[in-house]
Amino acid sequence: MALIDVRDLVKTYRMGDTELRALDGVSLTIEPGECVAIMGPSGSGKSTFMNVVGCLDVPSSGSYRLDGREVSGLSDDALAAIRNQRIGFVFQQFNLLSRTSALDNAALPLLYSGAGRAERERRARARLEQVGLGDRLEHTAAQLSGGQQQRVAIARALVNDPLLLLADEPTGALDTRTSLEVMVLLQGLNRAGQTVVFVTHEAEIARFASRIVRFRDGKVEHDERRQPEDAAAISAALH
Amino acid sequence: MGFFGTVAIALKALATNKLRSLLTMLGIVIGVAAVIAMIAIGRGAQQNVAEQLSGLGSNVIVVWPSSASSGGLRLGASTAPTLSEDDAVAIGREVAGVQAAAPLLRGNQQIIVGNMNWQSGVHGITNDYLEARDWVLSAGRAFEPSELSASGKVAIIGSTVARELFGAADPIDQPMRIGRLPVIVIGVLAPKGQSAWGGDQDDVVMVPIATMRNRIQGQPTGRIKRVGSISIKAISAEALPGVMEGTRALLRQRHRLQPGQEDDFSMRNLTEIAETREEASRTLAWLLAAVAGVSLLVGGIGIMNIMLVSVTERTREIGLRRAVGARSRDILLQFLVEATTLAVIGGLLGTLVGVGAAMMVAELAGWRATLTVDSVVLAVSFAAAIGIFFGFWPARKASRLQPIDALRHE
Repeated sequence: MALIDVRDLVKTYRMGDTELRALDGVSLTIEPGECVAIMGPSGSGKSTFMNVVGCLDVPSSGSYRLDGREVSGLSDDALAAIRNQRIGFVFQQFNLLSRTSALDNAALPLLYSGAGRAERERRARARLEQVGLGDRLEHTAAQLSGGQQQRVAIARALVNDPLLLLADEPTGALDTRTSLEVMVLLQGLNRAGQTVVFVTHEAEIARFASRIVRFRDGKVEHDERRQPEDAAAISAALH
Repeated sequence: MGFFGTVAIALKALATNKLRSLLTMLGIVIGVAAVIAMIAIGRGAQQNVAEQLSGLGSNVIVVWPSSASSGGLRLGASTAPTLSEDDAVAIGREVAGVQAAAPLLRGNQQIIVGNMNWQSGVHGITNDYLEARDWVLSAGRAFEPSELSASGKVAIIGSTVARELFGAADPIDQPMRIGRLPVIVIGVLAPKGQSAWGGDQDDVVMVPIATMRNRIQGQPTGRIKRVGSISIKAISAEALPGVMEGTRALLRQRHRLQPGQEDDFSMRNLTEIAETREEASRTLAWLLAAVAGVSLLVGGIGIMNIMLVSVTERTREIGLRRAVGARSRDILLQFLVEATTLAVIGGLLGTLVGVGAAMMVAELAGWRATLTVDSVVLAVSFAAAIGIFFGFWPARKASRLQPIDALRHE
């Protein structure tokens, strides 16, 4: 069964009297364990697609089944539970609480799933160690570099063991070397079985995906499966 | 997400953003403190005047002799020896609506007790005077009829005199000298405080009017027992105008004044004077309340500003919390708890500062400050309402956005 199954997804925005169709009938399935890069020029609808898939936005029409369950039309609270339990979302601008420690930032989703204090700390610590920040637990977000902040954000996205890890331009605010480090991390997660979908407009980044989906004018223009390049090897060669 | 979990999140958010929390609280503190201090000072002034008013005695008219003329020179108020004890008796008996008509003969004397001395006003009175001017005895007794008729060597002293001459000792039945006249203290008056004219009303010694006339002033006992003034107490405020008219008519008749001839006495309604003063103090209290209201408004705008300025930042925070799984009600509860906590702490601090400021002003300026619970409740609830409203309302708006729209808020 497909993990993500969208059919005829439409999302329209009203800008004054013109209607903007950000998504214009998108149908796509993504299987568990895939590593998908969503590409396309700006305004092609790729970010809108990610927001809908991440339950951060609701589609105007069409259906979206996540892990076999119809999501469109769910109540606000049910969507909050899905965002909390099943989806980890990584943003281009990290979106951390800046005066809050890495540990508390990573543990934030657990606050809303009712985990106890000890469990929150244990799981957030484990995820931060996994992304290589075991020695930065008490640093506030403002005290960390961009790459470190993005890794905290990835730890936060993973902390509730989501079915699906979504990343909207996760390397968009990072330099080349840090971008590579983040891709090593995402690729490693995918190899361990995590389904990963990320948006990028750089071929340099998309080459690490096992599938590239291109958007144009709110539609899927091209969908291609390929052999991913090994981010770890390229990163090692760079050093 | 349980209630206490959300409370913990809210408190943590406040602790994390200390500057913003402090600035918000500052607005509440200033607003609350200003209102409490201003109202306390205004009330204090009003209460002062109210006490002076009751100290005068209520519904009292005072009659003085007019100025005497001597070869074309008018000699000022109360120089004509026209009012007598008989006038007082006649007023009490013949004018309708009079509760008491009390003659008064006054002078200043050195009062001596042991090796202490003190100059004070000496009032020659009858017991009617105590009734007319609302004097209450805090110890001892009033004059006996025999003391009044036979120039008894007894005195009732005011609380200031008692304090200056007897200190902590009990003055009752103690000997005292008024000038050269030895008397026994038979009573002490309850304090009245400052008069409407600023004098100390308790710096007084009262003796029977006959004692004053015969033994202290030593006037020849003539046919007319003249007095300095007559205090007339009407039975009610409504009776006052009638009593004034009746007294004037009676005195003109007794003094054999022709129609068209000027009164040889003047009358003053003490309540009117006091009411004027009270009016002025009420104006002051309103003025202070207006200043306090402006302070509260400014404080409120301060609270509002800091809340609205942080909306962009908070909206993104709300978007983020929603993106990782917070429900709308988790957000609302968090912001409600944050705003309420700030309002409560700010209100308490503001109350402390306001009370402190009122007491300091009272101490430094020698004014009186009267703290009242209602002013505290008013100030705290108003500031809290503003704080909670402007803390909660933007959060409510933000929590209704799609998470992605809140996250992208500019």
